[in-house]
Amino acid sequence: MSRRVVITGQGAFCALGQSADSVVGAMMNGECAIDRLEIPDVDRLSVQIGAQIKGYDPTAMFSRSEIALYDPFTQYALIAAQEAVAQSGLDFSDQLALQTGVVLGSAGGGLQTQDQSYKAVYEDGKNRVHPFVVPRLMMNAASSHVSMAHGAKGPCFTVATACASSNHAMGQAFQMVRSGMAKVMLTGGSDSMLCFGGIKAWEGLRVLSPDGCRPFCLSRNGMVQGEGAAVFVFEDYEHAAARGANILAEVAGFSMTADAADIVVPNEEGAARAMAASVNDAGLTADQIGYVNAHGTATAVNDKTEVAALRSAFGAAANGMAVSSTKSMHGHIMGGTGAVELLSCIAAVKDGILAPTVNVQDLDPACDLDIVMNSARETKVDAAISNAFAFGGLNAVITLKRFQ
Amino acid sequence: MSVSDKIKEILAEQALLTPGDVTDDASLLDLGIDSLGVVEVIFAIEEEFSISVPFNANDPAASDFDISSVQAISNAVGQLITQQAS
Repeated sequence: MSRRVVITGQGAFCALGQSADSVVGAMMNGECAIDRLEIPDVDRLSVQIGAQIKGYDPTAMFSRSEIALYDPFTQYALIAAQEAVAQSGLDFSDQLALQTGVVLGSAGGGLQTQDQSYKAVYEDGKNRVHPFVVPRLMMNAASSHVSMAHGAKGPCFTVATACASSNHAMGQAFQMVRSGMAKVMLTGGSDSMLCFGGIKAWEGLRVLSPDGCRPFCLSRNGMVQGEGAAVFVFEDYEHAAARGANILAEVAGFSMTADAADIVVPNEEGAARAMAASVNDAGLTADQIGYVNAHGTATAVNDKTEVAALRSAFGAAANGMAVSSTKSMHGHIMGGTGAVELLSCIAAVKDGILAPTVNVQDLDPACDLDIVMNSARETKVDAAISNAFAFGGLNAVITLKRFQ
Repeated sequence: MSVSDKIKEILAEQALLTPGDVTDDASLLDLGIDSLGVVEVIFAIEEEFSISVPFNANDPAASDFDISSVQAISNAVGQLITQQAS
């Protein structure tokens, strides 16, 4: 038995904006939120830029005791989930609570909490740390707090597959609603890794750009980290229709594959299999896909491999797909990135507006697809895919279609 | 500031009260401090007085540290400060 799955709420919180509408608005304006990092010891970092959330006062959102318990990655997830649930109009006080779950992605969990705790014991020589270090840092903290905040008592867990975490999470949520395991799933992802130890670790791999994120551009020289969260309400279509819910888009397909090849280098074949299978799972054909939200990290190898994979998966139909990487604006939000990027796919199928790839100066000839460059484009799109390709060779692709 | 006043300040901050609202005979339950809050209070006391508090969250009643009232906590902390001064 297979059910249709629709999105009835969205919420987001990242450097581009502090609500889904403001994030999407900023994307469509081609705004770039990448700037100089404002974190302790930034002068000792060789990479000093990121898409950092600024102008955020946790005390305006949470009580003192809540802040003591919530790492920033949990705070962001809670804020996004609150917005999504409010938009959906759902109330989980009755039996629906038992049929509602939470699956979020995160790559770093409470990394800032770990960073501060280790600094206290190793660098500052302290012999005790705050008693909530463990409940703050655990990977499932955000999922658990979202379930508590909304009284969701169904399946609840966190998926950690690096940069594909939230696509894998949303894929799980989609399959649970489609199979009838849950009526409603709150799903997406969250990460907050912009701290000294977090950036230092990434510097070691030498894949971070010191000066900007320019996906598909000939001069691209690496990725730029961001932070934030997005959460969606995935709902059984029959349930949503019966209550007259406002439906944003339909989640139509999902696929995941493993390259089984290299721990960091992306693989054309594995990515292509995931994309083709996701479209097939949606019951669509390649010529119906009008927009691709690319993984588009702006590393030399990702972008050309991804373009090759699109051609390999879809053949000539790839020429008819508009492609963009919104990471150029909100940075790479790691385990939350696929969730924030799903916003652009929803806008594409719902409103017919395609978010741009900003900062492109000269398009790399190896990325010769229809890249939406520097400003948004208005065009009707029936279906869109969102790519995420993680370290570890893990690929997860979601297909959305316009709800009708 | 006396140990007792400092304890009241720590408890008041945890309970979102003013120190004047924290009476000697109040229990932590009276102040609205739950089990997680107790653990935070113990941490704040250890940090403030540079002492180690023998508190076992698995079985608080079995701990060699009386938290039955504000006065009991102040007395216990006072003893620990003396014991651990050396």
